[in-house]
Amino acid sequence: MELFLEIIVAVLLVTGSLMSLIAGVGLLTFPDLLTRMHAATKPQVLGFLLIFIGLAIHLRSWALVPVLALAWGVQLLTAPVSAHMIGRSGYRTKHVKRESLYSDELRTVVENASRSDDKD
Amino acid sequence: MSKRTEQPRDQRIDDALDEASGKRNRPTLKQEWPLLIFLVLMWGALWQDFSAGNLIFGALLALLVVALFPLPPVVLSGRINLWYCFLLLGWFILQVVAASVEVAYLAFFRRKKTRSSIIAVRLHTDSDLIVTAVGHVLTLIPGSFVVEVDRRTSTLYLHYLNATNAIKVARSRAKIHEIERRVIMAIGSREEYEAVRKIRTEIVDRQRGRGETGEEQ
Repeated sequence: MELFLEIIVAVLLVTGSLMSLIAGVGLLTFPDLLTRMHAATKPQVLGFLLIFIGLAIHLRSWALVPVLALAWGVQLLTAPVSAHMIGRSGYRTKHVKRESLYSDELRTVVENASRSDDKD
Repeated sequence: MSKRTEQPRDQRIDDALDEASGKRNRPTLKQEWPLLIFLVLMWGALWQDFSAGNLIFGALLALLVVALFPLPPVVLSGRINLWYCFLLLGWFILQVVAASVEVAYLAFFRRKKTRSSIIAVRLHTDSDLIVTAVGHVLTLIPGSFVVEVDRRTSTLYLHYLNATNAIKVARSRAKIHEIERRVIMAIGSREEYEAVRKIRTEIVDRQRGRGETGEEQ
């Protein structure tokens, strides 16, 4: 049983770290800011979860579970907000490679908005 | 995308403003109890101690914090279905795994050739809470994150990874509405829940009428 749990812990920790690695590789290989934000938000949320489960099993402590759940929950709440803020400001400051987009339904909206701003 | 009258909604932060005096109304305890409970649980979790004394002290601190730093009240729908919440959570975790695999595939094999789209998705809901929840869920699961929100019309502008042709874009849009449906089933207001159920049964009836051919895209 002890060995079995240790194996599970090892698998969870290694897979979790792998997710962080994937996030890092994504940051390097993706073409522009918006695609990179995907790499920064998704795999590492899962990696975090796996590492937490691994930790909880390894330390055999129920008291730790609420803290870990809290940390994961806060991660879930904040990662999308940061992705949104970076993506939004990146889009508006022209850090987006247009050629990497198949279609862009926001462009006309933003252009119209800035045109009406000029009029004011 | 259906046309909708762009009336100002009643669930806005400005609601907290009193119309006559222009002052902001303080949220009542009835509106704030979910936040208070969350703060108390967080206190207990951080101390790793859920004994009564610690929780009571935490509750006092929570009251102090919300009194000192008031926030606009989050308008809850007054309805929650724990079973659908549980389903949403389970589905969500599966989708996070799928998202990670997809991002890994693109990062290792597609690299600089990764293409994507920015698409506008107009949600059916009027509630800020649902729009926020949908935005959070879709950012964490396959392919999408929110670039811009138009609150007046509940329109989300998403960056959708790997949406490289019209079919994929249409599928992505359907997927976002699927998320919205699931969130409404879990925490949406009663009217929205009934509306979602009605649409759902209509679609199922139509598929049955066509002899299950609706499954194929």
